[in-house]
Amino acid sequence: MPGASSVEIRKVNKHHGQFHALKDVDLDILPGKVTCLIGPSGSGKSTLLRCINFLDEYESGEIRIDGQLIGYESPGGRKMPARKLREMRRSIGMVFQQFNLWPHMTALGNVAEGLMRVRGLPKAEAERRAKNALEKVGLADKMANHPSRLSGGQQQRVAIARALAMEPRLMLFDEPTSALDPELVGEVLNVMKTLATEGMTMIVVTHEMGFAAHVADQVAFMEQGELVSVDVPDKILHQPKDPRIKAFLRTYHERNSF
Amino acid sequence: MFSVATFLSSFEPLFWAARYTLLISVLGIALGLVIAALICAASLSRIAPLRWFAALWVSFLRGVPLLVQLLLFYYLLPVIGIDVPALVAAVGTVGICASAYISEIWRGAIQALPTGQVAAATAIGMAPRDIWSRIVLPQAFTLSLPALVNELILLVKASSLVSVVGILELTRASQAQAATTFRPLEVYLAAACIYLLINLCLAALGRYLEHRMAV
Repeated sequence: MPGASSVEIRKVNKHHGQFHALKDVDLDILPGKVTCLIGPSGSGKSTLLRCINFLDEYESGEIRIDGQLIGYESPGGRKMPARKLREMRRSIGMVFQQFNLWPHMTALGNVAEGLMRVRGLPKAEAERRAKNALEKVGLADKMANHPSRLSGGQQQRVAIARALAMEPRLMLFDEPTSALDPELVGEVLNVMKTLATEGMTMIVVTHEMGFAAHVADQVAFMEQGELVSVDVPDKILHQPKDPRIKAFLRTYHERNSF
Repeated sequence: MFSVATFLSSFEPLFWAARYTLLISVLGIALGLVIAALICAASLSRIAPLRWFAALWVSFLRGVPLLVQLLLFYYLLPVIGIDVPALVAAVGTVGICASAYISEIWRGAIQALPTGQVAAATAIGMAPRDIWSRIVLPQAFTLSLPALVNELILLVKASSLVSVVGILELTRASQAQAATTFRPLEVYLAAACIYLLINLCLAALGRYLEHRMAV
């Protein structure tokens, strides 16, 4: 995909009150590559993801998108002006665990909203592009439905369309299938796989080890705010050396066997 | 015995008086909604003194009975040289008092929105002004409608208190009517019917709006 973003994360720290949520996290993400963040809950995966578009504010270190620092004017410097931050966020799509669709708008309205308010497109053009985005996730026939009339899987696909319509160069997924009934997980993962093959840079917080194994270019394991290890999927998932990764995968396998 | 003729003939003079009940309620509500929006904004503001002012406003107006507020408004202002007609005092007090309750209803509705709603809008780069006008307020208003209708109905009934500053609204007029006809039962029953009619209309309006804005 032309213009897919790279992300550099250097020595990033973040506290939630007393709790040290991210400890000197380093991670490199190359353009067009898929990175999966795995680890136990509370390990800092989602926090790290939310720092990348500065929805959560990191306190020290650097996060750079295509070389440009996000959130601050310079490392350790002043906060970046709100307008500048909004501009950077335009090209970073985000998909949430709880979908976060706007319930008072139709599927089409949800997707068109950003195109009108953020990109400043006229309504007709915004709706044309919104329709294209919904088509891409296989929901053109549901565009007049409000979110309450859609299944969880359909809602999450609308949320993906809402992000894609903005033509992002980087997509962040925060446990996109964790709130779904098991039979609806596949349709969302399929959309994500297509996106990956098209060369979108993707960072995915997930508990779907199958997706991590087959789609990711690299898997990063986090625990207690630390990025323990990052490598190709096979090395992390099938030949883990670190005892913490081994322990995590053991509980994962125990939970998923019957 | 109960006289149907007296009951029916009570309606006409009471309808005239009910105009004041309606006028004070409608103007009071309108004033209350406007002030409530400002107080609600102040209570959610990042500026601490604005929040303190809103808290003070709400706790005073909720803590003092409307009747006492009316008397204060009506008797206190002339002392500091402002002479207010009874009707202005009535509308002003009712509106100010309602603003305290309505602003709390709105604040509650806004804070009840899941945080993800704003996060999703922020993530695609929407500006705060658009997030408020397109995402937060439409949802909060819908959420607040049942409580708002409840408040409006209370307010219509509370408007009977303005008779203390000498306005001949529905309750005061029925008292006068009862005293002259010696037929309190028929007259008060007629008054009750008129209050009920007004409030049933308000409740129906509320249901219509809820239905129209339902998601």
